[in-house]
Amino acid sequence: MLVTVTIDGQEVEVSEGTTILDAADMLDIDIPTLCYLKELNEPGACRVCLVDVEGDANFQPACVYEVTDGLKVRTNTPQVIEARKRVIELLLSDHPFECLTCVANQNCELQSVAKQYGIRDLEFGGERNKFPVDDLSPSLVREPSKCILCRRCISVCAEIQEVHIYDVIERGFGSVAAPAYNESLMDTPCITCGQCIMVCPTGALHGQDDTQKVWDALADESKHVVIQTAPAIRVTIGEMFGLEIGSLVTGQLVAALKRLGFDKVFDDCFGADVVVMEEGHELMERLESGKDLPQFTSCCPGWVKFCESFYPSMLDNLSSCKSPQQVFGALAKSYYAEQAGIDPEDIFCVSTMPCVAKKYESQRPEMDSSGHRDVDAVLTTRELGEMIKQIGLDIKKLPEEDYDEPMGYASGAGVIFGSTGGVMEAALRTVYERITGERLEDFELKSVRGRDFKEAEIDLKDGRSLKVAVARGTGNARRLIHRIMNGEAEYDFIEVMACPAGGCVGGGGQPIYSGRDKWLRMVEDRAHRAKGLFEEDGQKEYRVAHENPFVKKLYDNYLGDPHGERSQELLHTSYVDRQLYTHEERYSDKKGEPMKVAKKNH
Amino acid sequence: MATTEEKINTEQTGNEIEGHEIEDEAIDDVKLTEEELKELEKIIEENKGQRGVLINVLHKAQKILGYLPREIQVRVARGLDIPFSKVYSVVSFYSLFSTNPRGKYTIEVCTGTACYVKGAEDILKKLKNELEIEPGETTDDKLFTLETTRCVGACGMAPVVIIGDDAHGRLTVEDVPKLLEQYQ
Repeated sequence: MLVTVTIDGQEVEVSEGTTILDAADMLDIDIPTLCYLKELNEPGACRVCLVDVEGDANFQPACVYEVTDGLKVRTNTPQVIEARKRVIELLLSDHPFECLTCVANQNCELQSVAKQYGIRDLEFGGERNKFPVDDLSPSLVREPSKCILCRRCISVCAEIQEVHIYDVIERGFGSVAAPAYNESLMDTPCITCGQCIMVCPTGALHGQDDTQKVWDALADESKHVVIQTAPAIRVTIGEMFGLEIGSLVTGQLVAALKRLGFDKVFDDCFGADVVVMEEGHELMERLESGKDLPQFTSCCPGWVKFCESFYPSMLDNLSSCKSPQQVFGALAKSYYAEQAGIDPEDIFCVSTMPCVAKKYESQRPEMDSSGHRDVDAVLTTRELGEMIKQIGLDIKKLPEEDYDEPMGYASGAGVIFGSTGGVMEAALRTVYERITGERLEDFELKSVRGRDFKEAEIDLKDGRSLKVAVARGTGNARRLIHRIMNGEAEYDFIEVMACPAGGCVGGGGQPIYSGRDKWLRMVEDRAHRAKGLFEEDGQKEYRVAHENPFVKKLYDNYLGDPHGERSQELLHTSYVDRQLYTHEERYSDKKGEPMKVAKKNH
Repeated sequence: MATTEEKINTEQTGNEIEGHEIEDEAIDDVKLTEEELKELEKIIEENKGQRGVLINVLHKAQKILGYLPREIQVRVARGLDIPFSKVYSVVSFYSLFSTNPRGKYTIEVCTGTACYVKGAEDILKKLKNELEIEPGETTDDKLFTLETTRCVGACGMAPVVIIGDDAHGRLTVEDVPKLLEQYQ
């Protein structure tokens, strides 16, 4: 039913049940919010969106107040502005003033709203919460003193990812969004996906910063520093320089990295091509033997940790193949070192990833099968963007340059790894061709009715067919796994990406945008970015991994057979049962180490 | 004009971070006896699959040891299929739940308006000195746990202290040692 409401003297027709916030939006009246994320987090917690509803004694929060016919609302009175200012001042009165050195500086929603409302002085003094900084996780840093209790991290972790790390603990002044006992994320089943970073309105949650490690390596003349770029970086790094969402800037990215001083710029998609070979052969072997099916992809470290933490009974079903990042790292310090005649000890292997979980993955103790740490440092899109800006370059103005050989050429299959369904499609292109002798054309995943995952069935033309499924976001993965466990569905091959709505293109290391339509926009952005990747796929001369001449050379000259002895040793790994909240199975030797006490504001 | 930062800094009381350390009991390793485990399993079993039972279950579970160590919370979380973060959130919100071992008697000092005016602060100070603990803590001999509380509705007898199930009114600082003796 349509109702008419009057906002600041202007009438608008909206359907009943619309919030004042959305009704005002239709009139292009902006009401500030700090907690609200449409369709994800609507708790009415921050109280910044106060408006004057005629007939109500108190100001009402616009984000949760549903309109009725004839409702008259004022959002622009001096009293309303004054009330909002008060709320912002109260939030600031329990906030550390370290904006200049805060990671969220100039990209902080609290800072923007304080600026928008002209807060110059605080009337409220008194006590402020000072929590220790949790920097023990290789991926995420929590600074709970900067938490404004918006509950966005709680919502995204519980409702989208269904990992349930955060909740509001304690009460009153001492309350904060944190894991149980406010313990380190290291001691929880956090899958390090970083989606909480993407929604945090302040600097309370952010990624670990590894840029200094990389600067140090670049400054060290004895080091041969190589970098691999993940597929999703080429469609998002441009955004850091004001380019349209999803702009494909592969060549400029390579140019920027060369100017940063990397000795070799390689493509992680080459690693992805190798993963396709390995994972594809593994799948064919499992189809032959009928064992450990369905096979799950294992290239997403967030998903791997999720499976280890919540579904350890499924660990045999995970592909034993390492992720492209780790495959690449292992090859860089063995194959490439041999080819180039460099002591692997002197190679410093950097990767740039759309992801903070990759930082965790690179530090997993078993990731050293080359005899050295496979990957020495991981930079997110955000960190890399900052480094490029620090040397005064604008990626828009750079010429296009080419990746270095022998690990810089990838097929289209490797490129689409960055998008959900991409790993699946890339692997199937090879598997299908190996089994049927024909090219896989028109592969299309169909949504499962009423479910948030997709599936497809491929006829292998020998009486067999291959049933595959793709889930994005660990919440959806959970439902897919339960479907299998309950016998509602049978699959042969399943791709899971921990990040919702698009896989790596929406990873926890991607550029962060402010605003209350953040969540919906992020979902939209991800589609644009994925389009960018498929664009590059279309431009590639070779679209299947096994035709990549550099991959062929790698197998002919170095590895031997796919999933053979040498690659099993170098490129495959094993997994650990890390059940939920137990004391025995902790990952880190850092356990029990005190967290950093906030340095400032003492 | 003083900047905001200066103002706040001058009003801060000290450099200590109080009350927000990572609590030690986060790694407490209380092992429940087989009997206690059975009791807990029974409570969980009776409430499994129903909505809105968490507080009830925690309340009953707290009677087993007198408090809710991590071990019990984790088992309740698993048993009821509720996230551990949620369970701890509830436990840490309600003052009726404790994550620390409790004394045999809980001393509740009323700090409501009437008691406050009648000198509750002094009584509390005396109790802290006598017992050598802060509110929320338990004496080493596990006899007393000290707490403050808001109005208990006995303003006519202010200031009031409740020990176990007994209310003691019209107290003076001098009465405190004798009062404690009754329970020792």
